[in-house]
Amino acid sequence: METPILRIENLSKRYGERDVLKEASLEVKKGDLKILIGPSGAGKSTLLQCINFLVRPDEGRVWLNGREVRWAHKRDLCAYRQKVGMIFQDFNLFDHLNALENVRIGLVRVRWMGKAESRERAVMELERVGLKEHMEKYPAQLSGGQKQRVSIARALAMDPEVMLLDEPTSALDPELIGEVHAVIRDLGNRGMTMIMATHQIGFASSLASEIIFMEEGRIVEQGPPTKILRDARNARTREFCSKITELYGETC
Amino acid sequence: MLTMDAWQYIQGEVAPALLKGFWMSLGLIIPSAFFGLLIGIAVGVLRIYGPPFAKALANAYASLFRGIPLVVQLFIWYFGLPYIKVYLSPFTASVLGFSLCSGAYHSEYVRGALLSIKRGQMLAAQSLGFSTARAIFSIILPQALRRAIPGCGNELIYLIKYSSLAYMITCIELTGQAKIVASNSFKYTETFLIVGACYLAMTSVASLILARIEVHLRIPGFEHRRT
Repeated sequence: METPILRIENLSKRYGERDVLKEASLEVKKGDLKILIGPSGAGKSTLLQCINFLVRPDEGRVWLNGREVRWAHKRDLCAYRQKVGMIFQDFNLFDHLNALENVRIGLVRVRWMGKAESRERAVMELERVGLKEHMEKYPAQLSGGQKQRVSIARALAMDPEVMLLDEPTSALDPELIGEVHAVIRDLGNRGMTMIMATHQIGFASSLASEIIFMEEGRIVEQGPPTKILRDARNARTREFCSKITELYGETC
Repeated sequence: MLTMDAWQYIQGEVAPALLKGFWMSLGLIIPSAFFGLLIGIAVGVLRIYGPPFAKALANAYASLFRGIPLVVQLFIWYFGLPYIKVYLSPFTASVLGFSLCSGAYHSEYVRGALLSIKRGQMLAAQSLGFSTARAIFSIILPQALRRAIPGCGNELIYLIKYSSLAYMITCIELTGQAKIVASNSFKYTETFLIVGACYLAMTSVASLILARIEVHLRIPGFEHRRT
């Protein structure tokens, strides 16, 4: 049997009395694209942030390529995070650096790559997301869609094995969503393993290997898109899916 | 109207003394500004990102040195330390006193600037594999220090003026020289008007330099719009 590239088991997080994430378990195989859906506050972001320990889970374990992540060890944690790229809803580009430097800084400061080599790599990644001609621009001079594409280039430059995307198009104007979707689709076609939280169900279901429905911190149901969208077991899943299909189903 | 006598007096007695004092003032201000800023950055970072013990220590330092009048601090360094067999020259005691006091104020500006940087910047850095410390130095501080420039510049201007307290512990700088000159001639008003002009000149030059630095470090797209 193929070992999953990423396996998480019983990840839990509570803030005070509230369980924001409750015993979430998941297996992701190489090349999978798993889509997280669910209402706001369902724990999608928390799950993604717990997977690379930006939020420290109270309980749970994570394996990458069959090796358990010892996240309490700083060095191991930093090495692991390089392998798990993260895309944020609000981009989080480094405001004081231009597009090129944003992509380059991780290579230089984390992987100690040389000046010429890191530059070459950064230019290549920006070219891949179609932003080579904008590489001298600073985040404040870029559109939302361009910012998100820079942030994808920045993550890709670290050679991640898995990408976590936390509502990558939620902060974008409808007109700009397409360009980011095109980049994500391209990633999927090249076999990148991804977990993506999104409300863009039309786009998601066309790419997803599996859809995961979350509510109140729990994974309620998971399965192939057709099954979850048309024939979910759980009543709440059906209700939610019909709503977002109505809202976002057309946009691809 | 200046008489010939008065002019000769200024040229012969006042100017050389004040010039000597002026150089001494600069000699106090430059190292104090440098060390003060270093201390301020270090303490500011510790106050936000330090481990609990270091954080408490840094907070205590800031409240202590901001809370005690600078003259008292200088007296402690110069007249107090000899009780424990530490003897500092007036100059060293002054630079120490100024740096520590300035550092406490700087730390507050740096702290405010650090707090203004969105959490996402740190998360993004960590998600790329930056350790927290490396993220602070490579990502957070370069942004925060830009925002701290107006505040820290303010502190530098203050420092230029409170360097005039050094004469209280016998480090005879500009104000000290002026006092000596004035008490010889009883021309207090004239002497101290000149001294005031000297300080104004120093703070003006400092403001100019600070403004240049601010423009130089401005991030494209973040310019303040003047329309």
